[in-house]
Formats: sequence, C-alpha cells, structure tokens
Amino acid sequence: MAEDTVQGGPVLAADGTPLKASLNKAMRKNRIRALLLVTPLFLFILFSFLIPIFDMTFRSVDNWQLVELMPKTTAALADWDGKAIPEEPVFAALVEDLKNGAKSREIGKVGTRLNYEKSGMRSMITGSARKAVKVKEGPYKPQVLKFHRYWDDLETWTVIKRNTAPYTIGYYLNAVDMKYDKQGDIVMQPENQQIYGKLFLRTFAISLGITIICVILAYPISYLLATLPIRYSNLLMIFVLLPFWTSLLVRTTAWIAMLQSQGVLNDLFVFFGLVDDANRLQLMHNLAGTVIAMTHILLPFMVLPLYSVMKTIPPSYMRAALSMGANPLVAFVRVYMPQTLSGIGAGSILVFILSIGYYITPALVGGTSGTLISNQIAYHMQSSLNWGLAGALGALLLASVLVLYMLYNKLVGIDNMRLG
Amino acid sequence: MALPAYAGPLETTWYYTFRFLCGCIFLFLITPILVIIPLSFNVEPYFTFTSGMLSFDPDAYSLKWYEDFINNTQWTHSVKNSFIIAIFSTILATILGTLAALGLSKPHMPYRSLMMGVLISPMIVPLIISAAGMYFFYSNIGLSQTYLGIILAHTALGTPFVVITVTATLVGFNHSLTRASANLGANPTTTFFKVIMPLILPGVISGALFAFITSFDEVVVVLFLAGFDQRTIPRQMWSGIREQISPTILAVATILVMISIALLATLEVLRRRSERLRGMTPG
Repeated sequence: MAEDTVQGGPVLAADGTPLKASLNKAMRKNRIRALLLVTPLFLFILFSFLIPIFDMTFRSVDNWQLVELMPKTTAALADWDGKAIPEEPVFAALVEDLKNGAKSREIGKVGTRLNYEKSGMRSMITGSARKAVKVKEGPYKPQVLKFHRYWDDLETWTVIKRNTAPYTIGYYLNAVDMKYDKQGDIVMQPENQQIYGKLFLRTFAISLGITIICVILAYPISYLLATLPIRYSNLLMIFVLLPFWTSLLVRTTAWIAMLQSQGVLNDLFVFFGLVDDANRLQLMHNLAGTVIAMTHILLPFMVLPLYSVMKTIPPSYMRAALSMGANPLVAFVRVYMPQTLSGIGAGSILVFILSIGYYITPALVGGTSGTLISNQIAYHMQSSLNWGLAGALGALLLASVLVLYMLYNKLVGIDNMRLG
Repeated sequence: MALPAYAGPLETTWYYTFRFLCGCIFLFLITPILVIIPLSFNVEPYFTFTSGMLSFDPDAYSLKWYEDFINNTQWTHSVKNSFIIAIFSTILATILGTLAALGLSKPHMPYRSLMMGVLISPMIVPLIISAAGMYFFYSNIGLSQTYLGIILAHTALGTPFVVITVTATLVGFNHSLTRASANLGANPTTTFFKVIMPLILPGVISGALFAFITSFDEVVVVLFLAGFDQRTIPRQMWSGIREQISPTILAVATILVMISIALLATLEVLRRRSERLRGMTPG
C-alpha cells in the first residue's frame, strides 16, 4: 500500500480495484439496503394513507358534474360571451343533456352541484329535466324558457357557464365565507351567512385557550415532578400517565358523569350550598364542557415534554442566583423559566396541533357552542354530503396543521418526540 | 426539594400553597377516571351517586351493568372485533415499523428527513381528515365495511408510534455489535434475531403497545369505515353515549381503565429493563 501512494497511483483495495470505487460501491450497497428496509412501510403509507388524503383534497377542486353529465351544453357554451341569454343551439344541447340525465337518473347531481352556488337551482334542473323528456322538437328556446323563470335570468347562465370548467375554486370560496355575485365577481358572503371563518377563528381561539390553560396547569406539576426525589415522582407520574393511557371514550364518558346537570360536580356544588338545587350549572353541551374535557385529555401531552426539559436543568443554577442575592421570584423568572422555554414551546405546539383537529370530545360534550371545525367537516361528510366543501375545509385544516408541524419539527425535531 | 431548615414563614407558606395547588391539579387529572369506577356499580340506571351509595348501603350497589355487558351480544361482539382488529393491525404495524426504523437508523439512509416525515404523517394529520380520505378511497376499492379495510387503516395509524419508539431505542445501539457478529460468521438473519432483536426488543414491544392502544381506542376511522358488523368497543361506546345512555358504558369504561393500568405497568417494567440494558440506573 505504502508503495502505491509513493508512486502516486490510486490506492487499491484487496481485490485490486481502486479503494475509492470499492468504498463507493459498498456505500451504495448500504444505501440500497437501508432504502429496501424502509420501502415496504413507505409504500404502505403511500397507498393506504397519503393517496386517500390527496384524493379527498382533490375533491375540493374537482368539478366533474357538468363536464360529464352535461357534455353537449358544456361544448355549446364554450364560446358564449356571457352578455345575453344564449341562443337556440345552446338550448337544443341543454334539452338533449336534460333528457339523457333524466334517463340515467344522474341529473340530480348537476342540480345539487349548481345549488351550492345559487339556491333553487336543484329544483329548477330536476323539474326542467322532467319537462324536457316531453319536448319532441324545436325550436327549443321558447319551450325551455317556460320550464322555469330562472332560465330567462342571465345569472343562471353565468353560474352554468362557470361550472362547465373541470376545476373550481367554489368550495374554497365557500370555506372562507366568500361567493360569486350576480356578475360573477368574488365577494364576501352577507354577514349572517359567514359561518366558516367564524368557526375557524373559534377553533383557533378554543385551541389557544386550551393550550394556555394546559401550560398553566402543567408548569407547577412538572416542576414538582422534576424536583421531587425520584421514588416520589415516579409514584406521582402515575397521575399523569394513567389518564394518558386511558381510552379517550372512557375519559369523555367520565367527564359526562362529572359535568352533567345531575352529575358529580353539580351534586357537590349543591351539597356545599354553592349552587341552588333549582339552577344547577350547565357545564356540558357548551363551550365549558369542551374546554374542561379537552384540557384534561391534552394535559399529559404538555406535562411530559415540560417534565423532560425540567429534568435536565441543574438545581445549582437556582441556588447560585439565590446566593448572589436574587429574591426567589426574580431568580425563578430570570434564571429558571428561560431554560424551560423549549419545553413550553414543544408542549404548546403539540397540544395546539392535537386540539385544532379534535373531533370526538367536542361532538359528545360540545353541544353547539363548543364544536370545532372537525365537527363541521364530519357534518358535510355524513349528513349534508357536500363532499367538495368537506374537502376544502379539510385541506385548510390540514394546511394549518402542517405549518404548525414544521414549526414543531424545527423547534424540537420529530426524532426527539417523547412517548410515555 | 425539601423545605430547607432556614426557610422563613413566607417560604413555608409558599411551599405548602404550592404543594396544595399541585395536589389540586393531580386531583383534576385522576378524579374523573376514579369516579366512574364506583358509579359503574350503581343499582339505579343513572350516571350519578345515589344517597344509598353515599351511605354505603350494600343494596345500592350491584353488578348488573357488568352482567348486561357480558350478556349483551352487541357488546361481546364489539369486544371480539376490537381485539381482532387491534391484534392484526399491531402485528402488521410492528413488522413494517421495525423494518423501517432499522433502515432509518442506518447512517447511509438517503432522504432521511423526508422519509421520516412521510412515515410519521398518520400521527400528525387530524383524524377526521384521515378518516374522510380513507372513507372515499376505501369505498372505491371495495374495502369499506370490511375487517381488512379497518385493519389496514389502523395499521397506518399505528406505525408512526412503532417507528418513533424503535428509532429511539436504536439511537443507543452499538453498531459494532452487528459487525462483530458478521465477523464471527453469522449471516444477516442470524445477526438480526440473535443480536439486534434482543437489544431493541423493549422498544419494539412498547411501540407495539402504542400501536395496539391506538387501534383499540380509535373511533373516528371506525365511524367512517365500519359497518354494523365491524363495530368496536369505542364505536359501541360512542353510540351508547349518543343514543341510549346506560351505565353499561361505565362498566365497560371501568374494565378499560383496568386494562390501561395493566398496560402502564407493562411499559414501566419495559422501561426499567431497557435502561438496565443500556447501563443506566433504573429510575
């Protein structure tokens, strides 16, 4: 080997190939081996999880209804200028599409889609489809205009024309309380119909409130746990870990038993004379119920990171501050607290992320004033069946969670996440 | 942080006030869980303490909600479903997650942070979004309202926990051990089962426990994906709370609390074992 370097030629490995190439080959082999180990799970997550989520968010821009179910009208409207009610060829195409839609019983989907943009259009479309079946021959325009008064309205045609595009931002506009006006310009919804903006704000406000309460409650007990001798703190840790490991439904049930008007808390209040038996406190099916139950459920997620940070702070710093004449409060605020900031940050982001996506607890104890954005998504998924809007709301929620997650990753690093 | 001997009256007062405050917070954490235990023995169909219960009258207590739980086929069926789904998804999640964690811990892993982000995503995305996405997609491929569909969904939700716990165990793993094993003539499979596995076992088991509890406790995905036949315990509790509120739920809840106490104890034992293996003093 030494001779090789002296001669200036490449260093050779045992089999005679240059060492560098041989090393690169081994590294590549290692990289491939590492990748092969990760691949099964990666593919599994991709197919069972990520693609379904992309699929759902895609629904928030997908506008297939008119393109697929009214192809002739879509084609006929392609070069309509939008200045006046369209001419005969468009109406002929419309009648044909309505007939086909009525035959395949799919026309309701077009009606439902258009109804999201202008109420009353569902009954207009389904009614017109029924009437269109009876139309034998042209000219079609005068006959169709008699089907429903909306057909003579320029706004109707503006809406139809807009939705002949295969993609729409309509669901997102709806999700941020905006809409198209009669001329097709984007405007805010009237004040009394602005629900989602308020709901997003409420979700953020409630989550922030819960996060702050969690910090206030978690700080003292984490401090106690971190400073007590280990045999006591391990024992007290059970108080944090048992709720952490207990089923979510169990904890929610427990809070129902605690909070309902005939529940344990109200009974205690009445017993101690704090509250009159006749006007027991309404602690559940409102904001208070959501906040109390969710704080209880999320508190361990704040205590655990705080505790692990506090555990690493040497007590000598505080003693040094005290011996140099700081009073205990000053020493605590100026010396101890700054060292716990990373723990507060980690716990807060974790609790905030978890609470803005919460569904179960608000649905069971939240009533109407305590529900969050997740509950509205579930409502549109299961009851109103407006899946485009559910997708748009979901995508907005997902985006805010991802931003917070990146913050968390920057602050703590996902590798340092502690579990239990 | 025992009270020092030189503490003045102010410090003494603060010391006891602080402890009292902490006591209240611990009480807030534990009371709701403990309260349901006596309530589940209530003879009346209420969620509240009767005067008979408070005066410890034996007639005010009964086991009838437990009997109802055992004799009600809907409940027993849901228990069976919960275990089937949780066990299969735990096995899948543990195998996939452990393999991936081994890959991620290799020093030569390319695109490590991207991979980690993707593999962790099921834990980050709000459950309602995961459930909604899976609802559409699994219906399209005919997996909704099947056991397989729910098992796959729960596997996806459980793997991040396995990946995180096993990667954490591998941080302290001494890689020269595998080289030594190879040097002594063991093939990779033997090395894995005889050298790596025993050392990372505590991490694998605690990851598996997390995966199990995630599946066992999960209700949002089940709400969207399960048909009547696949109802699990939490799903049954959900409709129990929403539709016919009966103390049977409290009996089930008490049993679940007992299960989580057992889980907690197992994890504690594992943690101590893992710390002992790594040469740290058990806490």
